[in-house]
Amino acid sequence: MNHWIGAPIDRADGILKVTGEASYAADFNFENLIYGIPILSTCAKGKVVKIDDSDALKIPGVLTILTSQNTPEFFPAKSDFGTASQMGEIRLPLQDETIHYAGQYLGVVLAETLESAEEAEKLVKVLVEEEPPILEMEKNLSQAYSPKAFFGEPLPVIRGNFEKAFSEAEIKLEEIYTTPVEHHNPMEPHASIAVWDGENLTLYESTQWVVGARNVVADALKLPREKVKIISWFVGGGFGCKGFIWPHTLLSSLAAMQMKRPVKVLLSRRHLFTTVGHRPATCQKLTLGASRSGKISALKHHTITHTSFVGEFLEGSGGASQNLYDFPNLQVIYQVVRLNKGTPTFMRAPGESTGLFALESLLDELSYKLKIDPIELRLKNYAERHPETGLPWSSSNLKECLQIGAEKFGWKNRNPDPGSMKQGNLSLGWGMAVSMFPGFRSPGSARVKILPDNTARVESATQDMGTGTYTTMKQIAAEILSLPPEKINSFLGDSSYPAAPISGGSMTSASVGPAVEAAAKKALQHLIDTAIKDKASLFYRCSPDDLQAKNGNLIFKTDPSKAETFGEILLRNNLPFLEGEAFIKPDQPDKKYAFQSHGAQFAEVLVDPYLKTIRLNRMVGIFDVGKILNLKTARSQAIGGMIMGIGMALYEKTVYDLTTGRVVNDNLSDYLIPVMADIPSIDVEFIDKPDPYFNSLGVRGLGEIGITGTAAAIANAVYHATGIRIRDLPITLEKLL
Amino acid sequence: MKPFTYQRPFTVQEALHSIRNTPGSIFLAGGTNLVDMMKLEVINPSVLIDINQLPLNKIEPLPNGGIQIGSLVRNSDLGFHPLIRKNYPVLSQAVLSGASPQLRNMATVGGNLMQKTRCSYYRDEISPCSKRNPGSGCSALKGYHAEHAILGTSSSCIATHPSDMCVALSALEAIIHIESEKEKRKIAASEFHLLPGNSPEKETVLEPYEIIVMIELPPLPPNTTSCYIKVSHRALYEFALSSAAVVLEWEGEKIKQGRIALGGVAAKPWRCFQAERLLENSLPDEKLFRSCAETALQGAEPQKENQYKVELTKQVICKALSTAFKRSV
Repeated sequence: MNHWIGAPIDRADGILKVTGEASYAADFNFENLIYGIPILSTCAKGKVVKIDDSDALKIPGVLTILTSQNTPEFFPAKSDFGTASQMGEIRLPLQDETIHYAGQYLGVVLAETLESAEEAEKLVKVLVEEEPPILEMEKNLSQAYSPKAFFGEPLPVIRGNFEKAFSEAEIKLEEIYTTPVEHHNPMEPHASIAVWDGENLTLYESTQWVVGARNVVADALKLPREKVKIISWFVGGGFGCKGFIWPHTLLSSLAAMQMKRPVKVLLSRRHLFTTVGHRPATCQKLTLGASRSGKISALKHHTITHTSFVGEFLEGSGGASQNLYDFPNLQVIYQVVRLNKGTPTFMRAPGESTGLFALESLLDELSYKLKIDPIELRLKNYAERHPETGLPWSSSNLKECLQIGAEKFGWKNRNPDPGSMKQGNLSLGWGMAVSMFPGFRSPGSARVKILPDNTARVESATQDMGTGTYTTMKQIAAEILSLPPEKINSFLGDSSYPAAPISGGSMTSASVGPAVEAAAKKALQHLIDTAIKDKASLFYRCSPDDLQAKNGNLIFKTDPSKAETFGEILLRNNLPFLEGEAFIKPDQPDKKYAFQSHGAQFAEVLVDPYLKTIRLNRMVGIFDVGKILNLKTARSQAIGGMIMGIGMALYEKTVYDLTTGRVVNDNLSDYLIPVMADIPSIDVEFIDKPDPYFNSLGVRGLGEIGITGTAAAIANAVYHATGIRIRDLPITLEKLL
Repeated sequence: MKPFTYQRPFTVQEALHSIRNTPGSIFLAGGTNLVDMMKLEVINPSVLIDINQLPLNKIEPLPNGGIQIGSLVRNSDLGFHPLIRKNYPVLSQAVLSGASPQLRNMATVGGNLMQKTRCSYYRDEISPCSKRNPGSGCSALKGYHAEHAILGTSSSCIATHPSDMCVALSALEAIIHIESEKEKRKIAASEFHLLPGNSPEKETVLEPYEIIVMIELPPLPPNTTSCYIKVSHRALYEFALSSAAVVLEWEGEKIKQGRIALGGVAAKPWRCFQAERLLENSLPDEKLFRSCAETALQGAEPQKENQYKVELTKQVICKALSTAFKRSV
């Protein structure tokens, strides 16, 4: 056993993707298709006085234009993660005249062709009563509110007595770290094609959550949930911005029902900077008290961040300080300012990525102040138990990550003095940081069918956004059924399959994987039961305990030569398939253990002493995420996370015009993300030890941990190269001049 | 994109005839810039005259030792051409530092000369922008301008000229050959682009009824070194924050004469004539390079967010001069 789980097999969908045969949401085509183009507000705050669409309606092919004047009522869908119904912003589209941010949808043009819709959209004249927008959080702190809770956990977090411990500390540090607004920018833009047959609504949708999309759309349109179906077979990246349901999905649905024809709304790159979420900016003040030996006794993590006027979101940056190290006296405080910008949302490792940039930079600063090696400093503050709950770790291998990473990187050869290491004419900098992401799980379900042709299929309403879920889920079934993975097909991305959670919070493998495992076991059990009741079978009246599956056969454990193929058993019994279905929910009523993934990242940068250009030379990332399901896809995902971390460290920043509130760099030429030439050699290794208590497979997710710590590791390397501490992301050359 | 019609002439004369007699027409070459602008509806031609069939795609040596480059030569073909790499390395380096391989495979030399600025306010269709909508003002002045120009700007426009290639052409004293139905004329590369002044919408000396047919590179003395230094946030695929093309002609250990042109910091490819005078008959050292850099940036007028470009550009000039110097020894 244990042959297919973990194997670095190729992606199940790899060939489809490189040959262009994989159908993403916008690739579906229908006769009579109507194209919808949203009308965007160019003003960030105000009221629509009048929308004059008379010129737009004259464009040949334009069918109608939906605005607040003629859009029927949507019904508020619940915003509740737990009930699988979460809107990106609370406000429903086209229901009123108030403008809350630039890029807000004021209408949608529906036309026979994309070109007509686009041309007409530009001819719609919107008369607005403008008000000065609120765009800067630091200047509007007087309007800030303090959230009372974060995912049910009360805020602020108070542990021990920060004030006392800080006043008694031998060493004191206080620094402010800032991170900008970032946009997810998946390669595939959001898209929605709605098809209405008079009774059933089918949506071809790019989403990280087919079940959530179904529920929100059904509730908003007052349709029974079973009448709505979401298809999302392939998703070209999400990173959080396709997690919740955004206005374009409701508009395509409504339009299809009104027009009684299929309607396609495909967002442009520019649209992706408006109303599908972003990572909000943070301004984090960290105040630290420590002993001369490096034990941190007091820490205050005060985050100022923002949300919109039409949605609640909190970038939980303080979570990093709360959950990683043994800080006996801690305060985690938030202030949130409402701005006239779109509603922020989860973006890969929300909270941890921004919080760890601050915390892991601060620890680096402390290491210089105390002249302690940064790794040693982290070990001095290692948490033997979960620092917030006091529960023992189910499994924590942070120390191994640090040790293996340091060895691979050659950390012992580091001269800690800033600017002391050179490569040719360039300054060489080495930096490290810890990675961390909590272990999350949600209820998940799956169905496994054994078919007469000696194949099997896995069905679950989860989705593969490029991470490898199609591949890993069939590997799990392969393991249980003892069928080679090429004999198994995964069917995902369809809300009519057994329900699964959002692909977010790094929890798909940990939530759906165990359900696939259990479903496969049930299916196999049914097969065995069928065989032993079948008079024509070799195994008639045998004890199930004597039988096992082996390479597509049922065999006697003691005599493998006595075998029947799965297909023979099914065909003989006239069974089109045998199936098992399982629903697995996290069973931790007594909360005995804490679950968290850890890692360590190391970065080497080269800085030109005159031009101040920063280039990465190499990176090492070691991650402890429990059992690895597929070494190949896992490695790719960790590298992808680190590359996104490189973007966060050195390039990414959404710029708003401070007069108009419009995004200035709303395209992939001006919103910089790393190109291949910016990416150094990245060496990734996993601890690959099963988490003994998290779930039956021992897997924690790894979607997010890769991006955590990267920015700090690079910032620390830049400091080591130059002696200049940059506390404001991204680290760009003008900050070093 | 607005609807348009399409023509495809096969000779220069046909193309010139069409452009003069067809209202709302514009030449389409590689399309890497124009099609973008049409999608954004910043440029809205009613007729596209596709000139890709014209016989203007050759790179040929001239009897005087120079080279002529047809205006339809693709940037990739120019950048990798053996004669260009051997005799005009600064041009090859500049061309290949721009855009991406895919774009360079399509983009033409003539199109590169006509490239539009990357200023976001110019591209966004709605903000006031005197370049797009004459007389409406400059949104970048009060808005975001960290990447904008510090030299040659005016109160009506602070956009940069985005090209890398044109910076090298300016330092090489290239000559642009232009034709209309009635006449042929030549103009120095450094005089081809115009400063914004009060009419930033007028970007070059090219008249609407004219076509660029060829770029002539004058011969360089054998004892010449050159280089192009470009600084951007990313390693590749980004417009220059600052760049410099340097051409140094040597006489023994002395610089006989030198030429410096800047990119990414000015309203047009920016020749540093005053700084060049300091190079004449001088012995190269860091001090000389630094005073060239100081002189070159004397007239700089940075805004709030692009002040860094002053010091950065000085460093870029020093680096380019010292690199060209190293290539001489």
